[in-house]
Amino acid sequence: MGHSITVTVNGEKKTAEVEPRLLLVHFLREKLRLTGTHIGCDTTHCGACTVLVEGTPVKSCTMLAVQADGQQVTTVEALAAGGTLHPIQAAFKQEHGLQCGFCTPGMMLTSIALLQEKPDPTEDDIRWALSGNICRCTGYMNIVKAVKSAAVQMKTAAATPEAATAAARS
Amino acid sequence: MAVETPLKGNIGDSIRRKEDDRFIRGRGNYLDDIMLPGMLHMAIHRSPFAHARIKSINTEAASAVPGVIAVVTGALLAQHKLAWMPTLSGDTQAVLVTDKVRFQGQEVACVIATDPYVARDAAALIEVDYEVLPAVVSPQNALKPGAPLIRDEKEGQTNNHIYHWEAGDKAKTDEAFSKADRVVKLDTFYPRCHPSPLETCGIVADINSATGHATLYMTSQAPHAHRTLFAIVAGLPEQNIRIISPDIGGGFGNKVPIYPGYVVATAASLLIGKPVKWVEDRSENLISTGFARDFHMSGEMALSNEGRMLGLRVKLLSDNGAFYADAQPTKFKAGLFHIVTGSYDVAAAHVEADGAYTNKAPGGVAYRCSFRVTEASYLIERLVENAAIEMKMDPADIRLKNFIQPDQFPYKSATGFEYDSGNYPKAMQVALDKLGYQELRKEQAEKRKKGELMGIGVASFTEVVGAGPGKQYDIAGLRMFDSAELRVHPTGKAILKLGVKSQGQGHETTFAQIVTEELGIPAADVEVQEGDTDNTPYGLGTYASRSTPVGGAATAMVSRKLREKAKKIAAHLLEASEADIEFDHGKFFVRGSPSKSKTIQDVAFAAYTNLPDGMEAGLEGVTYYDPPNMTYPFGTYLVVVDIDRGTGQVKVRRMVAVDDCGVRINPMVVEGQIHGGLTEGFGIAFMQLITFDEEGNCLGSNFTDYLLPTAWETPRFEMGETVTPSPHHPIGAKGVGESATVGSPAAFVNAVIDAVGHLGITNIDMPVTSDKVWEALNKVGAAE
Repeated sequence: MGHSITVTVNGEKKTAEVEPRLLLVHFLREKLRLTGTHIGCDTTHCGACTVLVEGTPVKSCTMLAVQADGQQVTTVEALAAGGTLHPIQAAFKQEHGLQCGFCTPGMMLTSIALLQEKPDPTEDDIRWALSGNICRCTGYMNIVKAVKSAAVQMKTAAATPEAATAAARS
Repeated sequence: MAVETPLKGNIGDSIRRKEDDRFIRGRGNYLDDIMLPGMLHMAIHRSPFAHARIKSINTEAASAVPGVIAVVTGALLAQHKLAWMPTLSGDTQAVLVTDKVRFQGQEVACVIATDPYVARDAAALIEVDYEVLPAVVSPQNALKPGAPLIRDEKEGQTNNHIYHWEAGDKAKTDEAFSKADRVVKLDTFYPRCHPSPLETCGIVADINSATGHATLYMTSQAPHAHRTLFAIVAGLPEQNIRIISPDIGGGFGNKVPIYPGYVVATAASLLIGKPVKWVEDRSENLISTGFARDFHMSGEMALSNEGRMLGLRVKLLSDNGAFYADAQPTKFKAGLFHIVTGSYDVAAAHVEADGAYTNKAPGGVAYRCSFRVTEASYLIERLVENAAIEMKMDPADIRLKNFIQPDQFPYKSATGFEYDSGNYPKAMQVALDKLGYQELRKEQAEKRKKGELMGIGVASFTEVVGAGPGKQYDIAGLRMFDSAELRVHPTGKAILKLGVKSQGQGHETTFAQIVTEELGIPAADVEVQEGDTDNTPYGLGTYASRSTPVGGAATAMVSRKLREKAKKIAAHLLEASEADIEFDHGKFFVRGSPSKSKTIQDVAFAAYTNLPDGMEAGLEGVTYYDPPNMTYPFGTYLVVVDIDRGTGQVKVRRMVAVDDCGVRINPMVVEGQIHGGLTEGFGIAFMQLITFDEEGNCLGSNFTDYLLPTAWETPRFEMGETVTPSPHHPIGAKGVGESATVGSPAAFVNAVIDAVGHLGITNIDMPVTSDKVWEALNKVGAAE
């Protein structure tokens, strides 16, 4: 029944016996107790369960845990490693990019992937990148602002030595 | 470089939210995050049919699955008198079916298992033998003679009619219509939609079999009221029930009712002696929990030739689904729909409402709305638009001509409301100026000559929010007051405990700001706690935009109560007479010598260390606030659309939103609330639809079918404001969480009608989808 998998989650190797049908999101939430990754829809629409697999945003409710075997997974819990907020976290707070907070981890992880690909995104780039993540509270206005603001912060930071650490973390 | 002084958090300061620190780190604590030792999991077997008699239920295969602890059926619950429960509208609702299913997705049986996957596997193995009955899916058909009787178990219920309700003065309205120069009519359907907070509903029921204490973690917008209802329904002693409503991932009315799953999980935990968790999946949320609207409305407006509104007549038919479970004050069968005269001075109005049972999910929750105010606002604003078209008047002008004028407040409406304050012409002017209305009208005229379709939608809504007063407004008999308990500790730091419960509105920040304003304690030093019935004072909860009007008022009043005591202590410390002590932003001083002062922190310390003789120690208090009236937020929304004649696609080019919610506690939070409300209004106007086929199958049972706005299609909003304080609220605030969902759907639809009205198209019901627009254009020969 069980399959042994080893997944590197937030930099730590985690080995577990899992049922082949176990969803990655349940592996993270139930087995590893990383409850920052949320479940909103079960059908890959809402993006609340978004995590980064090898740096790519993936909806963890539509991926099996066994498919993540041998891969690197990043969840929201890793973003403020060392106690310093990631620029995207600081920007979401500063720009009031969240209300109930349920979509926020997924939104931030998708945004980080966008900013790695496009450090200087247009508003349309941001809205398109986030169109797989639903927010019922904010109307997206301040989320877009937050991503723009984080882009500026990350570019400024890239010009300083501490930047390397921040970039490495994400 | 100038150093910015950090904001203390007074009213008007856009300080950043305290609650965000945990949410951005993934350290919120939502219902599904709660995992207790030995916790079991529940899954529900639901009906595939909308109307069917149950001949038998076979649970053998389900029970045999390894890991299954119990299978619960209606028959088992009936033994404990729990097969039926009361609804918030005084009706009854089946917890688990004992006779027949009455809507698709109804709860038939539950499996309790050691693992959530196993619970679902076993639930799928429950075999139910159904005798399918004809389904009734519209209220019109439900009320036809000979329609299948849905509530045959109810004594004396011989048809599907639920209620008849009237407001206003019929004779006076008839007279106004007899004198009218013109009558404008509109039949429109506000379709069923669903609030769909991103987090679904759920419970972890933990009943300690040794002590009998029940700890119920629930996604509840109204934990105190729910505790009382649990005590009554389940017969548990109320002092043994503790409801904890943890962080809530959005509510919008969906988390106001008590759902069957809560009751079964609680009963299961009681019977098994272990914690039981039940969390809905998205389909369960969409097909079985509180929907909204589903109102068929027929409006008539009597006008003079000059465009003055003389009277308003409305007939309503509501589709309440299988159980009348609207969440609303008991005296009002169609909620507060009778606010339907809106922002206008209309001398006579009459509303008649009827409700019908259908084979559809029950609910009728106020989705981001104060009890049917959304439907009312939509109808009046659509009627005014059509009146403008028929009378060839500008939609802004006809509104300006009919607005209740600023000097008419307090204004007694034809249906019995007393509007507290307003300046409608001003809000409209700010909106028109911000949009550049006249220029756009010119552009529209030019485009029209070329055959291009462009529309400018206007909606000037007025809401009624913040129920009580308790004498008129109650839910299940519980008066709609609310409460605040404030305790200032010796070091001057405070804890504020509230009867309301945030679902994302930012209470931990904004309610702290009220204390800051009133007592001078920085918001950072005020911890706000909510949602735990053991540790917060009794309140009716957060919905109908009532937290700021009622809970916020309670917070201001309890702060003032403490200030009075603090003043006495300050007088003692300053060796002066209390009459000579003045207070200003956290400092007490002797009149005339401001240098001789004590801070609120000094006074707080003294409250525990150096009191005047005979004074009780401590600096704390509690206030239960029963508002003297409701509050009436208002505003004007303007929308510009362009319509493609070839596809019917509506493109929202601009949206200007001017809101007046009285005094703004934290403008950043207020704007965030409006952004979110506008987006939901946009979704309702163009996308969000729950509908059913003739057999009662729900079409809209997942996010593939039930479309929610994403960042891509959501318009950019341009914001404006006016401030007309509420005269009766202690800090002049009115509530804002729902204004934009109430006001904006009409603005969006009016923009579409404004674009096509000259072609003879005067109505397209929501959601205004491309195919409906194209078809309407095609009918008048205007499609390409």
